[in-house]
Amino acid sequence: MSMAIDVALAGNPNSGKTTLFNKLTGARQHVGNYPGVTVEKKEGRCRHNNTTLTITDLPGTYSLTAFTEEEVVARDFLINTKPRVVNITDASNLERNLYLTLQLLEIEVPVIIALNMIDVAKQRGIQIDAKELSRQLGVPVVPIIARSGQGNAELLDEAIKNAENKQGPAISLSYGEDIDLALNEMEVVIKENQVMTGTYPARWIALKYLENDQQIIDKCKSENSLSDEQLQKIAARVEKHLQATLGTTPEAIIADYRYGYIKSLLHNKIITHQYDPNRLYVSDKIDTVMTSRIVGPMIMLAILFGLYKFTFTFSEVPIGWFESFFSFLSDSANILLPDGYLKSLIVSGIIGGVGGVLGFVPIIAFMFFGIAVLEDSGYLARVAYMMDRILRVFGLHGSSVMSYIVSGGIAGGCAVPGVMAARTLRSKNERLATILTTPFMNCGAKLPVLALLIAAFFETGQSQMMFALTLIAWLGAVLVAKFLRMTIVKGESTPFVMELPPYRMPTLQGLLIHTWERTWQYVKKAGTVILAISVLIWTMMTFPELPAHQKQTFENQRQELLASYPSSVHNEVEKGGATQQLSPEALQLYGALRSIDNMEAEKALKNSVAGRLGTSLEVVSKYAGFDWRTNIALVGGFAAKEIIISTLGTAYSLGEVDTENTGSLAKTLAKAPGWNKVVGLALILFVMFYAPCFVTVVCIAKETGSWKWGLFSMAFNTFFASTIAITVYQVGTMLYGIQ
Amino acid sequence: MKKISLRTMLKKQSGTISAVKVGGDLGRRIREMGLVPGTTVSVIGRAPLNDPVSLRVMGFNLTLRNSEADYIEVEVN
Repeated sequence: MSMAIDVALAGNPNSGKTTLFNKLTGARQHVGNYPGVTVEKKEGRCRHNNTTLTITDLPGTYSLTAFTEEEVVARDFLINTKPRVVNITDASNLERNLYLTLQLLEIEVPVIIALNMIDVAKQRGIQIDAKELSRQLGVPVVPIIARSGQGNAELLDEAIKNAENKQGPAISLSYGEDIDLALNEMEVVIKENQVMTGTYPARWIALKYLENDQQIIDKCKSENSLSDEQLQKIAARVEKHLQATLGTTPEAIIADYRYGYIKSLLHNKIITHQYDPNRLYVSDKIDTVMTSRIVGPMIMLAILFGLYKFTFTFSEVPIGWFESFFSFLSDSANILLPDGYLKSLIVSGIIGGVGGVLGFVPIIAFMFFGIAVLEDSGYLARVAYMMDRILRVFGLHGSSVMSYIVSGGIAGGCAVPGVMAARTLRSKNERLATILTTPFMNCGAKLPVLALLIAAFFETGQSQMMFALTLIAWLGAVLVAKFLRMTIVKGESTPFVMELPPYRMPTLQGLLIHTWERTWQYVKKAGTVILAISVLIWTMMTFPELPAHQKQTFENQRQELLASYPSSVHNEVEKGGATQQLSPEALQLYGALRSIDNMEAEKALKNSVAGRLGTSLEVVSKYAGFDWRTNIALVGGFAAKEIIISTLGTAYSLGEVDTENTGSLAKTLAKAPGWNKVVGLALILFVMFYAPCFVTVVCIAKETGSWKWGLFSMAFNTFFASTIAITVYQVGTMLYGIQ
Repeated sequence: MKKISLRTMLKKQSGTISAVKVGGDLGRRIREMGLVPGTTVSVIGRAPLNDPVSLRVMGFNLTLRNSEADYIEVEVN
């Protein structure tokens, strides 16, 4: 007979939970989100002895309070789904791992303890009597090595056994006389009034009142406000009493007693240490080098630089494939479709848009792979450890440095994976501040724009200028982060208290699954929105079209021009374009036709919605020295920063300008009226700091779980950049008297 | 035996926690990681800028900021 059961994996971070999950479910996984929060929900299936197990990998937590989203999610899932709970524990670190176990037992779910990494424990001289532990806690205990799969079958046997039993053994810890008496008193109130007793054990509810667990208190209050009042009164009385006699809170005492219980449990014949538990492990010896005062930071810089190189060098090849594939597609569409809006929509809007989405895929995949290596090996925690002292000053977290590096802290990254890299941050405020400031870095798409402007206005010392801009980007990012943390993203810095897991060799399966999931999520979540916006931007830059009489004027010019050349020259131009050796006459005709086309394109652009927007923005932008041409280019730059170049080219009647070859545009700008060093600098700074490209905006919205922050970054960054650009232009013009 | 703040402990020094004098979010985080009275801690090292500090607690390594270590009182020899 075949049946199906729900199993949840619960455990501390770094306990090998995800490794076990991957081992059990293989590639049969599904990643989503818990409703309303940004916490990931991972689900997978596995078959064992004719039973289908639906396994949910709960977020890794140290506790089951209601103070982090992860813990609330885990707790609610256990209560609502009533699964069999596999509590994976690190055998080499059992004391701390059992803290969560006790809390699982307290909500009376059926727990099976998996003693993971039993081999590592043995190496460290730790002997654990699993049978005795099982006897004392009243739940099955299975020693396993998740990485190799040893013990997994026995673990699944236990999970299937008595699957119809949804109730775990009741465990009743003593928390000292004061609290125990209060708990008894509260239990009576709860049972008499049946406050949430269908959902939670009564004693547990009482405990939550003493721990000041707002989620549970609110629930009970809305169900029965009278008994809530009674319970609150008892809790307040105990709190006051403990404060007066012991100078501490019930919550602290409860935690102390839990650990006290674990200590006496383990030392009672269950665990024996062959060596001093404080002796140095291999991992600690590695750390004496990796986190040492001088060599440590140098190695860290090298590793972060390596991550950057890895991401952007290795992704070049697949990006090349994508690019040739999409240029093949647009070439084919160019040939197959008749001229007109449909063709333009398909070539520029859709193929360009899909290409834009997929163009990031290799970068994102390589970045996540690189970060997964750093994370799974344990090095990421060391980065946070070493960088914390500096980044804390700006209200950030040690791990923020990763996002900054990836998004262009070493000039040439990309803000899209940079925003996503902030997932490694567990602290909410620090993470938000990182996500909002990481687009200030000079990404690969801004670089050609900056290079163009530097070449046009700062011919001497180009590389020094570029280096200075990188420093300015960092400075801007951390200062704005500080500003945000003091105003909009206010709040105490999240406690840093963090585990430094031992160095471990990552498993290839884990790395690949991780990379695949994240990349696919990007395609799925961001892809559709990005395509829609890309079509919207195309529409803005195309419509409304030039009025018929203006089109006619350009057409007349073309006809006049053609009439002045013999038909042999026409044929030559039509056949070859500029690619073949042309006669001087044909070359002349070709050039003249192109310049008419370019003039028409300039007029059409100015007439489009984007163009009108650019023109109307002159009211403000003139204070920064930008005219309508610059404005349109900046509007276009919202699609992707490198589009600034091609749009400027069109606006200056140069036709499409290639980002690889901007010499002619640089010369045009250098000579154009209204441009000078000061305008150049103002524009450089504006480009660095204004609204992120819309792909980044979409990612910010997805990663923060709210469009509010995506829109905020557009508005705030543009305002910030305008302030800088206007200041630079006004002060510069005053100092140098250039007009 | 004397009681000192965890911040002032030297590298390789160990002791037994005698009190954790903070509540709220930070107190909760500190306690759930096993830093409760009676637990033995030893200082493994400090970050390049002397802060945060890394500790060995119950067989695993833990790091916290000096400003967080201030709340933890340790009994040392």
